[in-house]
Amino acid sequence: MPISQSEDEGSKSIFSEDAFLEDIRRQMLRFAMLQLNDNHLAEDAVQEALIGAMKNATSFGGRAALKTWIFAILKNKIADILRQKQRMVNVSSLMREEDEDADFSELFDRKGFWQTDERPIVWGNPEASLREGQFWQVFEACLEGLPPKQARVFMMREFIELSADEICATVELSTSNLHVLLHRARLRLRECIENRWYLEGERNAELS
Amino acid sequence: MLNCHDATRLMSEAQERTLKVSERMSLKMHVMMCSGCNNFKNQMGTLRMMTRSYAKSKNDSETPK
Repeated sequence: MPISQSEDEGSKSIFSEDAFLEDIRRQMLRFAMLQLNDNHLAEDAVQEALIGAMKNATSFGGRAALKTWIFAILKNKIADILRQKQRMVNVSSLMREEDEDADFSELFDRKGFWQTDERPIVWGNPEASLREGQFWQVFEACLEGLPPKQARVFMMREFIELSADEICATVELSTSNLHVLLHRARLRLRECIENRWYLEGERNAELS
Repeated sequence: MLNCHDATRLMSEAQERTLKVSERMSLKMHVMMCSGCNNFKNQMGTLRMMTRSYAKSKNDSETPK
């Protein structure tokens, strides 16, 4: 990633570099879209965050610091919007929040070993899956099925490719909490993809 | 001895930090004997690859509605 490479450049030149700005804007939009699932709201949030960041751009020494800070602003905007949205609280989202702390007794036995039917299987040729449009529908559905907190940090880590430290600073999490959330997100996402793609696919193949 | 829950935790954390030598050793021992965790280990890399391809495709096909 070019963004974190040149720490020594002045922040004034940061905003005058179209490529950097365009790159970060695209990342922000992607991030906001995934969290808000609404093009207009996402555009607005990104716009406001960028304007806010530009006002104070001179006080930032390097790109990495600036990027972390811009995402912190964006995260607050998104949090505001989500809070407004949540006036229409629905039962399913409440249950998903509770789900966040669910233990994994359905995956592991009391001694912490895989339950027989939950043991990960071999994923045949994952590269081939990537070329199939249907796979991405499954993938998207599995992502959306993650509890919100897990989804948020997972996306920050794997979509935006922020480091663990950057994420902890942005969402005010301890490192160990972040590890717990990411571990849960990966366990869940893995399980979902396996059940809904690899096991389903196998069944389909047997039928045809 | 590590159980599978701890092993998967370490394999997940390995995506964020470098594991200690002792952690790597006990993980290696576990994965050698546990096919489920061995598959899980491969899937961590696959999951990252999938997510990045997905993010990239979102990026490339970004068209205003």
